[in-house]
Amino acid sequence: MTWENSAITIATFLPIAGAVAILLIPKEKDRTIRIAGILVTGLAMLAALAMLPGYDFHATGLQYELSVPWIPVIGANYHVGIDGISLPLYELTFALSFLCAIYTYRYVPDPGKTKAFLALMLLLQTGMAGTFIAFDLILFFVFWELVLVPMYFLIAVWGSANRQYASIKFFLYTLFGSVFMLLAFLGLYFASPGPHTWDIVDLTRLGADGAFGHTFQLIAFGGIMLGFAIKVPMWPVHTWLPDAHTEAPTIGSVLLAGIMLKMGTYGFVRIALPVLPDGARAYAPLIGILAAIAIIYAALACLAQKDLKRLIAFSSVGHMGFVMLGIATLTEIGINAAIFGMVAHGIITGMLFFCVGSIYDRYHTREIAQIGGGMSQKMPYLGGVFAFVAIASLGLPGLAGFWGEVMALLSAFNPAPGLSVGLFRWLMVAGGIGTVLTAGYFLWMLQRVNMGVLPDRWSEKRFSDVLPVEWVAWLPLLAATLILGLFPKLILGVTNEAVSSLFALFK
Amino acid sequence: MIHLPIALIFGAALFAIGIYGVLARRNAVMVLMSIELMLNAVTVNLVAFSQFLKDMSGGVFGLFVIAVAAAEIGVGLAIVILIYRNRESSNVDDVRLLKW
Amino acid sequence: MVSFLAEAGEHASETVHEAAAVVPGLIRYTWIIPVLLLLSAAATLFLGKRVPGKGALLGIGALVLAFGLSLGVLWHFVQGGETYTSAVPWFSIGSLDVGLGQYVDGLTAIMLVVVTSISLCVHVYSLGYMHGDTRFTWFYVVLSLFTAAMLNVVIADNLIQLLVGWEVMGVCSYLLIGHWYEEKKNSNAAIKAFITTRIGDIPFMFGVFILIGLTGFTTANIAEIGHVIAGENGETVSRLAVSMAAILLFGGTIGKSAQFPLNTWLPDAMAGPTPVSALIHAATMVAAGVYLVGRLFEVFLHAEQWVLTTVSVVAAITMLGAAFLAVVQDDIKRVLAYSTVSQLAFMVAGLSMGEAGYTAGFFHLFTHAFFKGLLFLAAGAVIHGVHSNNMSEMGGLWKKMPITFWTFLIGALALAGFPGLAGFWSKDELLVVANHEGSWLFYALLGTAVLTAFYMTRCVLMTFFGTYRGHAHPHESPPSMTGPLIALAAASIFVGWIGSPVFQGLFGQWVFFEEIEEAKLIPWIALLSTAAAFIGIGVGYALYRRWQERDPTRALGRVYTVLERKYYQDELYDWAFVRPVRDKLSVFANWTNQHILDGIVNAMPMMARGLGVVTYWFDQKVIDGVVDGAAETVAEAGGILKYLQSGRVQRYAALLILGLALLTIIIITIQP
Repeated sequence: MTWENSAITIATFLPIAGAVAILLIPKEKDRTIRIAGILVTGLAMLAALAMLPGYDFHATGLQYELSVPWIPVIGANYHVGIDGISLPLYELTFALSFLCAIYTYRYVPDPGKTKAFLALMLLLQTGMAGTFIAFDLILFFVFWELVLVPMYFLIAVWGSANRQYASIKFFLYTLFGSVFMLLAFLGLYFASPGPHTWDIVDLTRLGADGAFGHTFQLIAFGGIMLGFAIKVPMWPVHTWLPDAHTEAPTIGSVLLAGIMLKMGTYGFVRIALPVLPDGARAYAPLIGILAAIAIIYAALACLAQKDLKRLIAFSSVGHMGFVMLGIATLTEIGINAAIFGMVAHGIITGMLFFCVGSIYDRYHTREIAQIGGGMSQKMPYLGGVFAFVAIASLGLPGLAGFWGEVMALLSAFNPAPGLSVGLFRWLMVAGGIGTVLTAGYFLWMLQRVNMGVLPDRWSEKRFSDVLPVEWVAWLPLLAATLILGLFPKLILGVTNEAVSSLFALFK
Repeated sequence: MIHLPIALIFGAALFAIGIYGVLARRNAVMVLMSIELMLNAVTVNLVAFSQFLKDMSGGVFGLFVIAVAAAEIGVGLAIVILIYRNRESSNVDDVRLLKW
Repeated sequence: MVSFLAEAGEHASETVHEAAAVVPGLIRYTWIIPVLLLLSAAATLFLGKRVPGKGALLGIGALVLAFGLSLGVLWHFVQGGETYTSAVPWFSIGSLDVGLGQYVDGLTAIMLVVVTSISLCVHVYSLGYMHGDTRFTWFYVVLSLFTAAMLNVVIADNLIQLLVGWEVMGVCSYLLIGHWYEEKKNSNAAIKAFITTRIGDIPFMFGVFILIGLTGFTTANIAEIGHVIAGENGETVSRLAVSMAAILLFGGTIGKSAQFPLNTWLPDAMAGPTPVSALIHAATMVAAGVYLVGRLFEVFLHAEQWVLTTVSVVAAITMLGAAFLAVVQDDIKRVLAYSTVSQLAFMVAGLSMGEAGYTAGFFHLFTHAFFKGLLFLAAGAVIHGVHSNNMSEMGGLWKKMPITFWTFLIGALALAGFPGLAGFWSKDELLVVANHEGSWLFYALLGTAVLTAFYMTRCVLMTFFGTYRGHAHPHESPPSMTGPLIALAAASIFVGWIGSPVFQGLFGQWVFFEEIEEAKLIPWIALLSTAAAFIGIGVGYALYRRWQERDPTRALGRVYTVLERKYYQDELYDWAFVRPVRDKLSVFANWTNQHILDGIVNAMPMMARGLGVVTYWFDQKVIDGVVDGAAETVAEAGGILKYLQSGRVQRYAALLILGLALLTIIIITIQP
């Protein structure tokens, strides 16, 4: 075992080991547990970051690769590795989890039970991180499903009023999609010529060589798409998202929006498109249309929301619409834009959910009308942070949110050969209208929350402005929003090569 | 040498008397005695056929029946005495405990 | 990772180094100007409250430096220097390489000077105007950030970089209009400004896409796009595509420069503090739309004729429409706002006349920045003094605020086109070009000039003459405010001469497209434009010589109502777009989401539950029924048969014997 082939395993499973360790701490030592959570996620993040110095940013293949037999009976391997597409999302997973652990130092939602809360969060972290580095369909599926359980409990136990409904809906909805995905995976396994394989790298090569028949591709892509689309979520299978987000505890929302949604889009980029190129070409217009609908529809729905958190949740649907639009174009620009959009959305929307969580902590309500404006007067820093993030989310150039959106639109201007240029240009126009509406609802939200005069009912209350713990958890995200906005190369430089080599087949 | 039919008729008569006694008598002791009669009827038949068929097994079986009958009457009388002690009666109509 | 970052840096220094050998001088470091302002914005944000002057001095210091550098850059062109461009790689996506660069020509230099000088004046002026404001430091942060963004737009060598600055300006504009966000009116205006300009930015963005597409998705560099469009790399480009790009790009101008039909946001934007109106909504940001057309002039020239015709029509509608509206306003800032819209249309009109109008259009942009900035700042001083925006509550201020009065008067005369002042020369140039091109715009320009002179006369008379009608106690402003006024007034008198034929059109030697246009003085046009100014002033003086309770323009009757309601444009937009989207479509989307899309999802468990009920019934009644039925049958049979168990030994015996007898009979009977 060398660092080269064990780094990923160490980083990915460190949180689970930490979860076990945390379970051994007596529950009376609440503070110790919280510090242990920060330590474990911090260590895991260090392990993940330690991969960067040895990472070759110019190579295109997998790095830190490890492939050993896992379940020989069915031919499944423990095959992990990392490339330019995985790397940004993998690092994001660890960074966000670490910040969530820091945030938890101050805020453990009712009904407490810090130990279980942190243990579930760590389990979730392993599941999410594993999804991004698994290169075996069975392994991928195991990590994919591993995520469901902790998230279910996070919502069902620590959620707000309507948590039972939301958690069950989330679980069943996602599981429903997974079933079709698993069937499609099985189909891929049995359709792969020669010795059947679950290996994504092998399947990608086979896909590029045209080993899968056209009809098979259509069916298999449909199944995989259903599974991934629910996770993204694409319109019209997005309805679990607003409920899950609204009811989930703050860090649940942050991780859900920040990372879990990306598992779906990552799945498209990693598995669906390269393995089934014909299927991708056939479904691309549909995906594009659904993405454009999502952009406009979500923006309109946002305008009608009365609940702050639900508004942010709907905005996620719209932003993921831009990501899917980029993917649907099947172009290098589009897929680079999609990956950038994923990371940017993870950072910005994660931050938005942090803000909403903290606003709720002060006001004990998420109703925009109840908050009634004037937050910037009462809490200038929180108001400022909230405004900054909202403006980043509406796609201001110079901040991270811009590049994903504008490059997705640029790619829609000129989709891959074989796709209808006319259609995609209309989708581009729809996306453009969507950006205006997005600006509209975010600014309206700011007007109703931040601006105006503080209502009398709050003026007597003692609200603390942004707390030190919050600053620690937020500053990295705020800085990343700005830095990625000014230097998009930090992401695009990593992804561009990998995307080019993987998606040359669509040219 | 007695003819077989005579022995059989005797056995049958004895059996019939025994049946009558079992069904008609109310005294438990008398019922037991009647059962004894029926057993003896069977023994008569066994011995008769043994002779007729020149086969010893019938006679041996008869000896068994006598032994079993002795044991049976021992146990039976013991139960009757216990019943009498408890209930001051040996009338079979008075002991109807095992019913629905 | 480290090598990855280091490599980018290496690349950068290499490019700079290479360029250094070619062009000597300050111009290589033009990029420092926006960076300075960006740094001052950051410094003000993080340190502002802890340094003396609450951070204002940081911005002012940076601007003094930036202004000096800008003059240095301009000096390069005064000496007849060459255009200079350089870039460092920024990022690559697919085949598209985007750089961070600077493109410095005479136009850039002029814009740098305009932006830094006006911004400097506004920074200084705000010391007095914003004194004691609760968000004083924040105000300076955004002001500096805005200036940085505008300077970035000016020097950007590629469209993506330009777009970044362009949108950041928009957000700063939003933040500054809504600076006093406690009032709903102000935040509404801020949102309106941002959304309206963004509506224009979307076509602009698509236009950029087309241009990038024309280069085969390899570059967004403006100069290279120019080469491609001019067919200099040997391939002919579809003129239709270029025309589409041009008209879409003009969408950005319509939004940013408040041209018809996206003109409604600018007057509302006057809700912001007056220095903001001067800087952003008069001198610089709104002029960025015009600058954009000039920067991408190659695209417009290679487009089909209808594109420039459309631009002309839009300009004509805007200049006349806005000028009429300026006539009936009572709010002094709104008079100036409509005037700005109208004057911006002058510049657009100039550019729409092709190569010949390029210099004239930008000359007007140049002069307008100074006198309109002056007018706004002076109006701000007035508002500061009388605590009201309404001219009906002013009057007689010339004695109480002499410096403000004289500077305002200079600005007003310059705007009206009084001979010798800045506005006269630039308008004259526009008229000369329109005449030379034989364009019908000549008449629109002339008509607007009359109206401009008229409403400015009205404004001056209502504000400064007659008797004071307000309730506050007006007083002269502090030196921090009057200083910039005097500086700008001086500029309004003198900058016009730079481009005037008297000095052989010096301006035209710095700012030109392809070839230098010589400034000409055609006596009859000069006389005509002077006459237009005097007619406007004369009529204005006749009507407003004395304050009248009833504004003489009300005599227009129904026309006045239409003007007063701004042609019902706001109502129309509100009715046609805002309300349907905000109140109807959004509710519809939410309703369908909750009831149809989510309804299906919720119906599924319900159907599953229904199926469950049916299954359960079947399970309980049918499958379990069989099991239970067997048991029940046995129990009932037992209930009947139990009577056999009488407990009478003799009855048992009787039955036994009966059975034995029956058995015997059966055996005997069936025996073969």
